[in-house]
Amino acid sequence: MSSTALTIPPTGIVNDRRNFLAGVGKATLSATAVALIVGCESLAQGSGTMSDVNILNTALGLEHEGIMAYQIGAESGLLQPEVLKVAVMFQGHHKEHREILAGAIRKLGGTPVAEKPKAEYAAALNVASIKNQADVLRLAARLERGATNAYIGVMPAFADRGLAQVAARLVADESMHWTVLASALGEPLPAKALSFGA
Amino acid sequence: MIRRFTAVTVSWQFLFALTVGPAFAAGDAERGAQLYESRCTGCHSLDANRVGPMHRGVYGRKAGTVAGFSYSPAVKNSTIVWDEATLDRWLANPQELIPGQRMGFRVALPEDRADIVAYLRRESGK
Ligand code: HEC
Repeated sequence: MSSTALTIPPTGIVNDRRNFLAGVGKATLSATAVALIVGCESLAQGSGTMSDVNILNTALGLEHEGIMAYQIGAESGLLQPEVLKVAVMFQGHHKEHREILAGAIRKLGGTPVAEKPKAEYAAALNVASIKNQADVLRLAARLERGATNAYIGVMPAFADRGLAQVAARLVADESMHWTVLASALGEPLPAKALSFGA
Repeated sequence: MIRRFTAVTVSWQFLFALTVGPAFAAGDAERGAQLYESRCTGCHSLDANRVGPMHRGVYGRKAGTVAGFSYSPAVKNSTIVWDEATLDRWLANPQELIPGQRMGFRVALPEDRADIVAYLRRESGK
């Protein structure tokens, strides 16, 4: 891919590569995350609680995978500086999602699922086949679209509608990521409405 | 006598329609492949365990038996074998089929489920 094909919007983000690489694994609950969960007034033990915990943990598994995929992409040395910044920002969003999900799971009395070893993600995502920046972006776009559609498909299963709304806010981030990545790759925008979840 | 003959003819045609007619057509694996790529690959791959277990060979397999995947106790202890009927019910509402499962993901339309199941069956070599 030529650098002119990239239309990554300006970010103005503060993270740099050093912060990015150092930040993995830290999980402090941001103010937004706390507010989101507190805003979920119906978040209390009830009949659907365990099934909601299970769905939240599956979603958390997706976020772990996404965080690691961006990590691998960032460490690959294949990303141009301005693209790296965006990747770091998107990874940051997924880290916030991780906090929100883990917080909700704990609040419901569950145990957040742990991330797997990096090598397992690398093998499962076949990162060995990644040769250039476009490959990294394609993997990220595919994961973001997959996560979007996954969230859409589990939302009807939440017993707690407040959690479904939280999931809706997370999925909006994922589809925004997909849109940016797809345009960076020069892929056409979806011609039809309702392209996600289809 | 004539009446009975007619009834037999009709039911034979009915059976014929059920067997080879479009009303009983198996799912379309090609379309199923597209649906699988769009809806399932967020969590699954054919040949790797990810958020969900790998899928190659799932058709005809007992639930909860992929090595190296950490299933919920509910799926692990289930005695279900995956075929057209069980996969259809799983995709329609996994929690209803196996309470305590961790997938949660639903496919609302019966024709989408049929096509996805046809794809899983094809990729399982069945
Ligand atoms: C949100 C993530 C997610 C999505 C999306 C998803 N699954 Fe799953 N799937 C899982 C998880 C997690 C399990 C394991 C469930 C358990 O152990 O309780 C699973 C298990 C299964 C199983 C049982 C496999 C076995 O080895 O017994 C089948 C079949 C299956 N999924 C099919 C599908 C199909 C087909 C799709 C797409 C229409 C799909 N799944 C979409 C997460 C997902």
